[in-house]
Amino acid sequence: MKEIRICAGGACVAAGEFAVKGALVKALKDKGLLSEYKIIETGCMGMCSRGPFMVIDDVVYSQLNQSAVKEIVEKHLVGGQIVDKYLMKTPEGKTVEKAFKEHDFYKKQVKIVTRNLGIINPKNIDDYIERDGYKALEKVLKEMKPEEVIEEIKKSGLRGRGGAGFPTGLKWEFAAKQKSDTKYMVCNADEGDPGAFMDRAVLEGDPHAVLEGMAIAAYAIGAKKGFIYVRAEYPMAIERLRTAIKQAKERRFLGENILETDFSFDIEIRIGAGAFVCGEETALMASIMGERGQPRVRPPYPVEKGLWGKPTVINNVETLANIAWIIRNGWQEFRKYGTEKSPGTKVFALAGKVKNTGLVEVPLGITLRELIFDIGGGVPNGKKLKAVQTGGPSGGVIPASKIDTPIDYESLTALGTIMGSGGVIVLDEDDCMVDVAKFFLEFTVNESCGKCTPCREGTRTMYEILDRITKGEGTMEDIDTLEELAVVVKETSLCGLGQTAPNPVLTTLRYFRDEYIAHVKEKICPAKKCRDLISYVIDPDKCTGCTACKIVCPTKAIEGELNKVHVIHQDLCIRCGSCMDVCRFDAIYKVTPPLKVDTKV
Amino acid sequence: MIKVQIDGKEYEFEREITILEAAKKVGINIPTLCYHPSVESIGACRMCVVEIEGSPKLHPACVTKIKDGMVIWTKTERVERARKVNMELLLSVHPNDCMTCDANGNCSLQDLAYKYQIKEPRWGVRLRNLPIDDSHPLILRDLNKCIQCQLCVRVCDEVQNMSVYSMVDRGYHSLPQPDMGDKLGESSCVSCGACATICPVGAIVEKPSIGKARWWEVRKVKTTCPYCGVGCQLDVYYDPKKNEIVRIRASEEDPEINDGVLTCVKGKFGYEFVSSEDRLTKPLIKKNGEFVEATWEEALDYAAEGILRIKEKYGPDSIGVISSAKCTNEENYLMQKLARAAIGTNNVDHCARLCHASTIVGLAQTLGSAAMSNNLMDILKAQVIFIIGANPTENHPVYGARIKRAVRRYGAKLIVADPRKTELAKMAHIHLRHKPGTDALLISAMMKVILDEKLHKEDFIKERTTGFESLAESLKDFDMDRASKVTGVSKEKIVEAARMYGEADRAAILYAMGITQHSNGTQNVMALADLAMITGNFGKEGTGVNPLRGQNNVQGACDMGALPHVYPGYQKVSDENARKKFEEAWGVKLPHEPGLALTDMFLSPQIKALIMMGENPAVSDPDSQHVEEVLRNLEFFVDFDIFMNESNKYANVILPAVSAYEKDGTFTNTERRVLRVRKVLEPVGDAKPDWWIIKELSKRLGYKMEYSHPSEIMEEIRKVTPIYGGVTYGRIEKKGLQWPVLDLNHPGTPILHTQGFSFPDKKGRIKPIDYSLPKEIELPDDEYPLFMTTGRMLYHFHTGTMTRRVKGINEIVGKAYVEISPEDAEKFGIKSGDVVKVSSRRGSVLTYAVVTDRAQPGVVFMPFHFAEARANLLTGEILDPESRIPAYKVSAVKIEKVEGAEKIEPPDYVKRIMNRN
Repeated sequence: MKEIRICAGGACVAAGEFAVKGALVKALKDKGLLSEYKIIETGCMGMCSRGPFMVIDDVVYSQLNQSAVKEIVEKHLVGGQIVDKYLMKTPEGKTVEKAFKEHDFYKKQVKIVTRNLGIINPKNIDDYIERDGYKALEKVLKEMKPEEVIEEIKKSGLRGRGGAGFPTGLKWEFAAKQKSDTKYMVCNADEGDPGAFMDRAVLEGDPHAVLEGMAIAAYAIGAKKGFIYVRAEYPMAIERLRTAIKQAKERRFLGENILETDFSFDIEIRIGAGAFVCGEETALMASIMGERGQPRVRPPYPVEKGLWGKPTVINNVETLANIAWIIRNGWQEFRKYGTEKSPGTKVFALAGKVKNTGLVEVPLGITLRELIFDIGGGVPNGKKLKAVQTGGPSGGVIPASKIDTPIDYESLTALGTIMGSGGVIVLDEDDCMVDVAKFFLEFTVNESCGKCTPCREGTRTMYEILDRITKGEGTMEDIDTLEELAVVVKETSLCGLGQTAPNPVLTTLRYFRDEYIAHVKEKICPAKKCRDLISYVIDPDKCTGCTACKIVCPTKAIEGELNKVHVIHQDLCIRCGSCMDVCRFDAIYKVTPPLKVDTKV
Repeated sequence: MIKVQIDGKEYEFEREITILEAAKKVGINIPTLCYHPSVESIGACRMCVVEIEGSPKLHPACVTKIKDGMVIWTKTERVERARKVNMELLLSVHPNDCMTCDANGNCSLQDLAYKYQIKEPRWGVRLRNLPIDDSHPLILRDLNKCIQCQLCVRVCDEVQNMSVYSMVDRGYHSLPQPDMGDKLGESSCVSCGACATICPVGAIVEKPSIGKARWWEVRKVKTTCPYCGVGCQLDVYYDPKKNEIVRIRASEEDPEINDGVLTCVKGKFGYEFVSSEDRLTKPLIKKNGEFVEATWEEALDYAAEGILRIKEKYGPDSIGVISSAKCTNEENYLMQKLARAAIGTNNVDHCARLCHASTIVGLAQTLGSAAMSNNLMDILKAQVIFIIGANPTENHPVYGARIKRAVRRYGAKLIVADPRKTELAKMAHIHLRHKPGTDALLISAMMKVILDEKLHKEDFIKERTTGFESLAESLKDFDMDRASKVTGVSKEKIVEAARMYGEADRAAILYAMGITQHSNGTQNVMALADLAMITGNFGKEGTGVNPLRGQNNVQGACDMGALPHVYPGYQKVSDENARKKFEEAWGVKLPHEPGLALTDMFLSPQIKALIMMGENPAVSDPDSQHVEEVLRNLEFFVDFDIFMNESNKYANVILPAVSAYEKDGTFTNTERRVLRVRKVLEPVGDAKPDWWIIKELSKRLGYKMEYSHPSEIMEEIRKVTPIYGGVTYGRIEKKGLQWPVLDLNHPGTPILHTQGFSFPDKKGRIKPIDYSLPKEIELPDDEYPLFMTTGRMLYHFHTGTMTRRVKGINEIVGKAYVEISPEDAEKFGIKSGDVVKVSSRRGSVLTYAVVTDRAQPGVVFMPFHFAEARANLLTGEILDPESRIPAYKVSAVKIEKVEGAEKIEPPDYVKRIMNRN
């Protein structure tokens, strides 16, 4: 039977995958082909902005809808003709038939963590088993001692993919050495960075890879009980994990006497309640134990005193998804990718001002330039790359001048940012760096648990200062205060959230201080982003008087008759930018500093 | 040894303590806000950050342990900048209203703002503008001032173990809120006030203290709480100008007793009675049925003449002397000396007769020593805690909190045997809900299981005890099925409890009035002693038989020989050597025969005159109608008290005494610890300390007593009382000593029976138990179909003379009530809040009903604090033949709804405790 794969990743589901699948079934039925094809709903295929996807014999169709599917069935499956218009295109506009093999976005990728994504049906354990699933667990249980497993992981050099990059094997070893009747293995699936969704893709697309990783880790450290702490905002991941756990138990990959050995291990799902800070491991443990999700001071580390005071290993989803692969292929194979200190691959969520967006898994150590230009296809609309933000709210910005930096834990830290969970946001000349810092600070202010003073009050105060600066109300003292606050918050906060929260401020101050000064001294926003420092203006030479802007303006700030040049009343304008979005003649532009109120141009 | 460098100097420490502790030890002060030694540190405020060489971060000193070779800098520029910025951050949400704040002068935030000279943060102030929580009668919360240190949350959770507070919401919105709501007065709060004690700023304050005095106007005196037998160490703050107590907080100095931070509502807030307008300020002589004021000379002469007249007329044994467990050791010593040496009678007793007489008799016969065998602290070491007939979370609240801590945080297993579903019973792993009066049977059943299953410790029994065979023999034909039927507890549960207790290495027994106040109270006590002996639970931490003493100094009053059969230190009056010793010491001939017990004084026609100190038998003693009758008919009656009450209104002379806050002395708490009581206030009016009154009276009775200060009395006590042999005021200045303290170098005895029991041969006496039901017991019948038990409740104390004069406490609970089970309520057509008439063969009282499953079907409960609804009008004079304790815990009553009476809404607290899980 031939196979048709449809992407059922979160983004494609949101983009209408159910309807596409329905249309496919109907079209196949109409043509009498239904029995000849097996439809496989897979996990995320990566380039999420182009879904829903459908793959037939390596031919990748993208951005599908019901009529497109009908057409593809008629032409491709019945007529044997590839339907060009639904194929993926390169940023240059060239169509690519076998996109997963030929498209630049995919060519440089190395799939370890995402090995099964886009290929198997995550709801079917047989699909996973068929692709060597649970072979690593079997090997570990039947051929390896716990110490050997730990040794293998240590040698692989795998580091925690949650962001901090702590060597996984070492963490396991610490826990394994603890003398305790009870130990716990926890999967941190509380992915919370805005824009990061690699863990979600793995949980939704290949949940067994996580379960297998956990079982191997549990065997290595001597745990009998595991928890997956997953955020409530991932209902599909939770559902697929539940299915996976049930199936794994039925096949005796989990539960009592796994694969007829003495090893028993059970996994329970714990669902978060919407607090970002619960991704911090000590807060996560508190939450699992039913306490208020607030971090506590380390040491003691969870490997010493974790859940209910017992040694506990907490690994991130992506980390765990590497484990079975390493066991099966050996540490040497893993070390073929990445760098000496940061071996293996990392999944990034590429977003922002870049042509190809989505999830990419690349060897660590490739440069930002390769990531943004070779894989991401560069900045769209002919704009200039300004900076790259990595690590979400805990990370910082890297200026365009440093994009030849290799992506690894140490290099990013040296630049003042972090690898984090793998969010990469590309910023271009239209992005204001003060505004970027403010955006992330707003996030941390809302997500601070409130336990320690610097994070609770410090992030809020920094946000207020940034807000003043973006409004043109800042002073030069404000910049100094901001910097001092950032340093103190970083130095004295209790947990990782507070310790890294100032990074967006510190890096923008480090690389783009002049933008801050411009906001303060000249009251201008060089990127023309900060609302209070700009005005929208109509270029009379370009305006055709089409009235489109006038119609869309929510405050009736635009005046003008049909076919005559329009004007914007600055006193009424709220600088929402709707007019600029609808203008087909590029007649609207922004100026900074803002025009004086009541001035008509 | 751990070598560290702090601020450039080398130091050595024995243990891996925190940097904060290490710095404190060497005299380096590191600022803190969220730190308190009584709770776990959480490193939240970040004021204590220090630099550690080699680490890029700053580290909170309160949670960072020293390591060998560590180089620490506590006040570098970087550190000071961080502290200053964090202070600025805190002040940016804090109202600058120190001028009216009750914490002004005692505020950690204020001190640090001063230190760092922060007038206003650079970025200005934005206040929370929250409403003030005024809902609690005793505690005011103004969260506008909260610095989110979570000390209130931690103390309530870790120490009080109520977990009322939790942080609600997050970020700068996160604030400590009670029961996730915002009103403390509507929460499960037990009003211990620890949150107000620990709050480092003015966010949680003691409401009665507001506006009374600034912190720099008050002085502090450390003393011992005058309420229950736990003996909490208190810092009493008073205004010397107004001679008035301003507030009370736990002393940080004695964490072994009250954790350095904990009090109960009575200890913390129950001081208003001291300055009550009802205080007796002048001696009163009754003339023509009316009390008239007199001078001390007149009153003392009058009193002495009256007593001498009776003595002459009927002999010394016609006079009864009632001493007081509320008074100091010194006063009790003098009181029994007055009886024995000045009057010549052994008719001296006090209210221990009503609470632990059976303990004294029962434990003396089995262990040789009638006191708690272990101490308050080591309950945290117990693997199993067996509580029978005690309700510590209400009656010994600070210790009750520690028991909860042992269970919640130290993993102890809890067995509670109680007819009522008390708070601890609900928390217990096993609740044995037996029928009133079946304690000895229940304990015997547990022993039967232990012996049958060979859980007893043969080595211990062989080496340390005698009499095991007689016990084993007595249990040979024990009928478990019958025991189960009579006690009302299933066999399975008895077996489960027996195993749990029997299998533990360290199991502690705690008991109180539920065991003692029965006509077979002594048998109950001995059964517990047996149970602990056969399982080897003596002489080590977390074990023992531990009677919880109810009054502040009931232990001490007994120790001082305010008992008819013993001299101080339990030396028997019938023992010739002892008598000789005291005759020599006191310089008079002493009577040979033991005197009358308190309960017998009210039953025997022999008593014609009474000298009474600080007691109120008309409310506290059983069958109070009869007691009043006796008091009314006395030929002469001298009383010393701080208030007029239901008893002394019958006196011929009332001498105004002072409260525990107005005199020096010592109390001995339930764990045998002799603790200092210190004078805080000047006596009101012409009131005098009881020791002075006794001394003056004795002089006029022809026996001279010469003391100028209680410490001199203690000198005399220690010379004649071997167990107090090493107690001097100097030695207990900082910390109390636990008797036996045999000589001036003896360190005291935290755990009894470590080497052997208190008999010459060091062997404990296992006794066969008479486990049949008490021979004299008032069983329910058709006319009086219900059992009634009596006891205390959290907010009030004894006859209410103290707590009922505290406004805030009475706002929380101000009326008597009767607890009745839903089953009985239905049977008798009663609903919660109905006014009911509770009657026994001796009388009836009006109160209101609270329907709750706390009460066992067939059993109602009444607190006895309320003179207007006196539970003891209903109780009877059936006594334990061995100890003469009245059987308060079993009376037969009936209950009837009073038709037409307006319903009484039970106060929130009462409703909550009835339903608390």
